[in-house]
Amino acid sequence: MSEALYPVSVDVNGERREALVPARLSLVDFLRDTLRLTGTHAGCEHGICGACSVLLDGEPVRSCLMYAVQADGRSVTTIEGLAQPDGTPGALQDAFCETHATQCGYCTPGMIIAAHALLEANQAPDEQEIREAIGGNLCRCTGYQQIVDAIKLAAAKRAKGAS
Amino acid sequence: MSTGATQDFRYIGKKRRTKEDPRFVTGHGHFVADIALPGMKHIALVTSPHAAARIKAIRTDKALALAGVHYVLTGAELCAGTEALLPGVDAPKVMRYPLAHGVVRYAGEWVAAVVADTRALAEDAAEKVEVDYEPSEYVLDPEQAAEPGAPLVHPLHGSNVLYRRKFVWGPVEEDFARAEHRLALRVRWGRSATVPIETFGVAAQWDPGQQLLDVWASIQMPKYPDQTARALRLPGNAVRVHFDVDVGGSYGVKRGIKHTVLVGYLAKKLGMPVRFIEDRLENMRGGDMHGPDRIFDLQVAFDADGTIRSLKIRALDDVGAYAGRSPLQLGKPVGAIVGPYQIHSVEYEPISVMTNKTAQEAVRGFGQSPTNYALESAIDQVARHLGMDRIALRKKIFIRKDQFPYLIPSGTRYDSGDYHAVLDKALAAADYPALLAVRDAARRAGRIAGIGIASCLEPSGGNSSFEPLFNPKNQTTTWMDSCLVRVDLSGTITGVMNTSSAGQGHETLVATVVGEVLERDPDTIRVVHADSLNALPSNSPVGSRMAIMLGGAAAGAARKIKDALLAIAAHNLKKGIDELAYRDGSVSVKGNAQQSLSWDQLVEIAHRKFHQLPPGLEPGLQAKFVWEVPTGGALPTADGRIQMYPCFSFEAHVVLVEIDPETGQPKLTRYACGHDCGVMINPDIVHGMTYGGIAHGIGAALYEKFAYSDNGQLQSQSFMDYLIPTALEVPALSIVDHCTPSPHTTFGQKGSGEAGYLGAPAAIACAINDALAPLGASIAELPMTPLAIWTRMQSALAGAKDSSA
Repeated sequence: MSEALYPVSVDVNGERREALVPARLSLVDFLRDTLRLTGTHAGCEHGICGACSVLLDGEPVRSCLMYAVQADGRSVTTIEGLAQPDGTPGALQDAFCETHATQCGYCTPGMIIAAHALLEANQAPDEQEIREAIGGNLCRCTGYQQIVDAIKLAAAKRAKGAS
Repeated sequence: MSTGATQDFRYIGKKRRTKEDPRFVTGHGHFVADIALPGMKHIALVTSPHAAARIKAIRTDKALALAGVHYVLTGAELCAGTEALLPGVDAPKVMRYPLAHGVVRYAGEWVAAVVADTRALAEDAAEKVEVDYEPSEYVLDPEQAAEPGAPLVHPLHGSNVLYRRKFVWGPVEEDFARAEHRLALRVRWGRSATVPIETFGVAAQWDPGQQLLDVWASIQMPKYPDQTARALRLPGNAVRVHFDVDVGGSYGVKRGIKHTVLVGYLAKKLGMPVRFIEDRLENMRGGDMHGPDRIFDLQVAFDADGTIRSLKIRALDDVGAYAGRSPLQLGKPVGAIVGPYQIHSVEYEPISVMTNKTAQEAVRGFGQSPTNYALESAIDQVARHLGMDRIALRKKIFIRKDQFPYLIPSGTRYDSGDYHAVLDKALAAADYPALLAVRDAARRAGRIAGIGIASCLEPSGGNSSFEPLFNPKNQTTTWMDSCLVRVDLSGTITGVMNTSSAGQGHETLVATVVGEVLERDPDTIRVVHADSLNALPSNSPVGSRMAIMLGGAAAGAARKIKDALLAIAAHNLKKGIDELAYRDGSVSVKGNAQQSLSWDQLVEIAHRKFHQLPPGLEPGLQAKFVWEVPTGGALPTADGRIQMYPCFSFEAHVVLVEIDPETGQPKLTRYACGHDCGVMINPDIVHGMTYGGIAHGIGAALYEKFAYSDNGQLQSQSFMDYLIPTALEVPALSIVDHCTPSPHTTFGQKGSGEAGYLGAPAAIACAINDALAPLGASIAELPMTPLAIWTRMQSALAGAKDSSA
């Protein structure tokens, strides 16, 4: 018995991607295995660690808790989509480099997605707001300090750029 | 020998971006789950539901009948086809294979492996494998397990005690008899682990034409290629481990040897590339990644002025049902058994006991953090017993900076340190007088608050001296590491390291050190990870060793390059080497800068102009350096004295905790850590690991536990019940640096990979007990969960009511 396949059409990082997928294929597996966008990581596959976070129509979601078919007709932004067109770090990603907000790099994509969503909604978050925004993303390397510093730095740079 | 030593360096100790970060922030890391080999198959596991049982039958036909399923491997076949994995101590009857054969010894133990086209199909098929079990007696309590008559986890071994020895270093009984005071305490370190966000994974591919097994793994393990080959009955050079895989966190635990043997066996047997990525359940239950689970019984002999004369420590460690290197985690603390304190004699009795639980593996600090927690608990009790201030007591008995090198009773010489200065810096950073005022004001207002202090050592420069100490048949006395540095014809530099990295920034380390020695910009230096057939010897980044060992090896190789450049210049400029000056890669005659050869010219001579090379110099421009651990190389004495690690970093923690009286929930409201790891190669990396170590220590102290039910079922099998601190539990952390260079290392560096974790649990436990003390309550067991705190508070309140009634 082979599994029934369903067509999906998803806008991923600004590009329309179409595929036939099993109903039970998770969005994280679709992104990683079908589209080979391996920047999104699976950490717990039960919605706690946040390593698989992506933006769905601009909102951060756990791609391990969604099926690929649920993303049909919607827009997904992954960590790869936050880089510059030439693949070098975007502004928020650059701030993570400046403060050394990553060690092993495994939680990093999800963390940056969460931070990106925060800064889109709140131009000048305070420390508590930053900690709450990344409170659903587990990191085992950094103790979060340099991540908080990176988000503060990115917010300050945005504010400077906007003024 | 004071602060500011890094001012002499050009790149070392400076704020510099790392080489690794750009690929991680853009999602271009190269993790094992990103490896996709053509035709690759996937594994799911069938696991035991029982803590102990006999396997009566395994039926695989229904699983094999599913489309896309290729194979079901059981223990009978695998055990016949591979060599057993042996424990780190001399216990040859305690054999372990990746799959159970005949009996299962813990709930979650792997019984069969299903290979299918996709992970989902493999999981479907795993559910169709039928296993008949006959449950048998099991034992979960380690003290009970150590008693005669307990159900045996490995009957052939004859006992559940895997290792036991009583070491006596110095006149312990005389010192106890002479002491004015004695006290005894018991503390318990709970079963937790490092739990990286990436689970373990491994992919393997067998090439029948070359008779070669290629392995990609999320690994941090000494001798991993050798052990894989041995278990698979392959020549060592028939296994090629690719060390360019980014490891998504490890902190000690990524020792997936059984996973690798399983996957390697299947890849070779089936002639298909095979990959196994643990899911979180497999990781927590059967992934061999639980940490120490220890009961410490301590006795302290001391005088009224605070002098500690002697210490007796009995450490009973529950290693679970099998043992890799875990018994040795009782061995490393021998090298820092008195912490930063002057203690005249020590008795140490490590006992490693097996129970029907998931196997223990190496965890950050390799047993040192639990020992530090026990030591600090003892120091606090001595202070309480004498009515002495905790800080004053520590300062009285600290080894003083003028006493280094300092020989401790168990045979290790501490290299250097200034414990008084570091503790003072931490107290200043925390504003200790203000902290006291806040705590006391909170108490006056009826709230529950406490201050914790801990001063702990981080032995670093990972050696393996505990192997011969705990196993006389093992005569390992070198734990070398190495580096190859190559300058190509274009003049760019490549450093080759020989192990994988798990976030420690080794590429940055090598580039910084090589750049420092050769005076070339580290940003232009590329660092690559060799595969194991191309690699020089390495013992992997264990034991807080890479700044020392890889840093030292990279510097050694770079110095050879520099020496070659100077020799070429001397030959061509017709001068003695002492008449030459090396600057930024060019060499000129001292006092005559016009007479010089540039970097590009020297490189070209090395690569193209044999006629201009000095006699005896190899053409091309590359150098390797293999370095033995400084101070290493000796076997232990008959009474078990040994130089364990070469370098000793120090950390002093000061923490303020407030406890919610309604829920028992602790909140860390101020946290300062004074830290001395000698010269820092890259301060951002050191600080990052220290912040992370503190966060990990917060977890071990307050939240994280692999708890078992009475029938041997693991109750924390997901992140919903194994609680890792989030950004909301970890407070803003202040780290203050101090620098006492090590005399044993190239630049004065010490290790820092375990920093923070080695003192945070002790400090937080101390703070909780300081908070509970006014209620007459205390806790001597980690993790100090909100429920545990609340229960102690309620008992104390009830007791107070009873006694007032």
